[in-house]
Amino acid sequence: MPDLVRLIGKRLLFGLLTLFAVSVLVFIGTELLPGDLAEVILGQTATPEAVAAIRAKLNLGDPAVLRYWRWFSGVLVGDFGNSLASGRPITTVLLPRLQATLFLAATAAVIAVPLAIALGLLSALWRDRTFDKTTSAATLAAISMPEFFIGYLLVYVFAVQLGWFPAISRISPSANFGQKLWAIALPALTLTLVTTGHMMRMTRAAVVQVLSAPYIEMAELKGTPRRAIIFRHALPNAIGPIANVVVLNLAFLVVGVILVEVVFVYPGMGQLMVDAVSKRDIPLIQACAIVFAITYVGLNMLADIVSILANPRLRHPR
Amino acid sequence: MSRFDSYDRLLRQGALDRRGFGRLAAMLGAGASLSTLWPGMAGAQEEPKKGGDLAIGITGGATTDTLNPLPSTSSLHAATNFMWGNCLVEYGSDGSAVPELAESWEPSADAKTWKFNIRKGVTFHDGKELTAEDVVWSLNLHRGENTESGAAGYMTSVTDVKADGSHAVIITLDSGNADLPYLLTDYHLLIMPKDSELTAGIGTGPYKITEYDPGVRVFGELNENYFKPGRGNYATVELLAINDPAARTAALQTGQINVMERADPKTVELLSRAPGIAIHRAAGGGHYPLLMRCDTAPFDNVDFRLGLKYAADRADIVDKVLRGLGKVGNDHPIPSGDPFFAKNLEQRAYDPDKAKFHMKKAGYGGEAIPLSTSDAAFSGAVDTAVLYQQHAAKAGITIDVIREPSDGYWNDVWMKKPFSVSYWGGRPTADLMLTVAYKSDAAWNDTFWRRPDFDKILLEARAELDPAKRTAMYAELQGMIRDDGGALIPMFNDFVDAAVDTVKNFELSPQYGLAGMRAPERVWMEG
Repeated sequence: MPDLVRLIGKRLLFGLLTLFAVSVLVFIGTELLPGDLAEVILGQTATPEAVAAIRAKLNLGDPAVLRYWRWFSGVLVGDFGNSLASGRPITTVLLPRLQATLFLAATAAVIAVPLAIALGLLSALWRDRTFDKTTSAATLAAISMPEFFIGYLLVYVFAVQLGWFPAISRISPSANFGQKLWAIALPALTLTLVTTGHMMRMTRAAVVQVLSAPYIEMAELKGTPRRAIIFRHALPNAIGPIANVVVLNLAFLVVGVILVEVVFVYPGMGQLMVDAVSKRDIPLIQACAIVFAITYVGLNMLADIVSILANPRLRHPR
Repeated sequence: MSRFDSYDRLLRQGALDRRGFGRLAAMLGAGASLSTLWPGMAGAQEEPKKGGDLAIGITGGATTDTLNPLPSTSSLHAATNFMWGNCLVEYGSDGSAVPELAESWEPSADAKTWKFNIRKGVTFHDGKELTAEDVVWSLNLHRGENTESGAAGYMTSVTDVKADGSHAVIITLDSGNADLPYLLTDYHLLIMPKDSELTAGIGTGPYKITEYDPGVRVFGELNENYFKPGRGNYATVELLAINDPAARTAALQTGQINVMERADPKTVELLSRAPGIAIHRAAGGGHYPLLMRCDTAPFDNVDFRLGLKYAADRADIVDKVLRGLGKVGNDHPIPSGDPFFAKNLEQRAYDPDKAKFHMKKAGYGGEAIPLSTSDAAFSGAVDTAVLYQQHAAKAGITIDVIREPSDGYWNDVWMKKPFSVSYWGGRPTADLMLTVAYKSDAAWNDTFWRRPDFDKILLEARAELDPAKRTAMYAELQGMIRDDGGALIPMFNDFVDAAVDTVKNFELSPQYGLAGMRAPERVWMEG
């Protein structure tokens, strides 16, 4: 067991190191934006006085390392500074958006992940039968269509024609949980359709591979019940790859849904970052990038840990 | 390089297509109308109804927005500003300058010094009464080197703003300008209480902003003390930032919004057939020129320019590129609704024979003429160039359509290439439009056309207070651009909005879409 703790500790450490490296890259990336930062922010209306004032405000005269340290030490305690464009503290701008994004991502994940794994398992079991082929075709079709197109289709059918769900996802602050779910039904469904195919096919492939292994054949010859073969022998060995693809899709649900946000007018992180980039709101860009990096690194770490726990060979490395 | 790019794009095409014109009679401010309703709606048949909730889906919202009116650029900003604030002068739906917070005004004989009498008994949302002090403070926010105001360009000509007693303001200009009241209708120039917080959204307007979520929604409740009779009719108004045209359309069709700013030209025909939906279409001043550099051969030859102008089938371009939602242009930038529009100037028609004649006279021998284009100029710019290529071919002119990269179009192509497709948003007055793009020394003289006689008449017309003389001068200027200038202007665009048909009194404005961005205060709900 101490081995396991050490392994996980090592993973966590690597995760933190990655985050640190990302923070350096984010900082350098915003430094590399063409032109003098102060002039970029002010645009053509820049007068020398205004440029000087902004430079002083942002401490642009200081060495980059010092500025990095100031920014990073703020980030460590959750202080991202103030937005350049609106002057509001970044945490107050960011938190409601992050909440909205996580709510949508979680809802989509709660539908998509069990659905994809169940479909994947059943397809693997009933390989090459009608069920398998139909599921494959349907999910492939769903991931082949761009997500905004799926979104528009759903809006047309379920909002404009049937009137079951709202076309745009407005969530009023006073809405209860049920009303919120109703408001995001269509974007959540869109994301489910977009992500299920990938996860389902990976699950199917992983399980099929395991099912063709000699020890499964042995178990079958021994007369082990089907259910036990799947859940005791096959699934634990397929968990590693499945966890990885699930995590990849979860990360996508958090950082990659800008198009869905636009189609459903949902105030999430994607729109926030696009606005920040177009307004050259540097601290806001940095904060968004860090939040996205934390999501990616954190979720990947989770996948690693799940793989380790599920795989005795990784649990007890020699 | 990117900063100029984004700035130009913002000013030239992005945010708000503005245009305007004026009616001289009303410009001299004969005083507040005696109508029981607000002057602009004197012609309305019905009595306004009170109550109801209005939701408008509108473009141009961003997370980085604030309520500060100075840096406003987009439709959402302008509509928000007019929800909570007022200007000294309102741009009337008939193109006249309607007294707003100023109840009347009087220019000096040279149009350099103006006295504006401020309306009495108007209160801000915080209960404070409006005085000349507030007006002086508010207008001065837009002056000086470091102002971030979008109206700073006009306001540089203002040399002094001072109070004259408690309810009058004297504005002094560096040179005569008969259009000053029109310039004061600008949605940046809101009057706020002296020394107030710029981002507070406190003004004299019809709605008090009670909820503000940047890039998402603006929510206002009716200001019970609003000073305009018959205006501010809905109990609440909500602006929803919906940048995607398909999402706006769906939201309108499903009743999540009552009004949609900027209907999608591609689908407006279908939308107009949907039950319960009304399309509101207003002629605008935004136009789409093909720019020839008059300082560069072969475009330095007036016959060459005329030949190319006769080779465009304008009606065909309006039909196919704007889907009929626009008007043909006559190779000058003044729209047909403008009171200074030269009515007697003959509309230039598609005439391959005349084109051939002028091209021959210019010594053209059939060689390919490169035309630079990109949809960065406007959506449909490439189609425009290709259509024009077909029209010109019938006159024996070979146009070589060059698709330039969208990125950097305003830096590397506009005002650089000798022949290119471009876009101009309209300007509130004829004078501004001619000054910003056709005066010899204009920074954006994008045809490089320089005529000292044109400049001289332009300056005289600006300070001329006699409407008849002024009209004649502007007609002459338009003729000069049409027959000698370097812009081939095939079309002007329309503002197209849509609303459910219970929304009444959607007064169209020639200045902007969305009833001059004043729909929140103008409309009412059918009872």
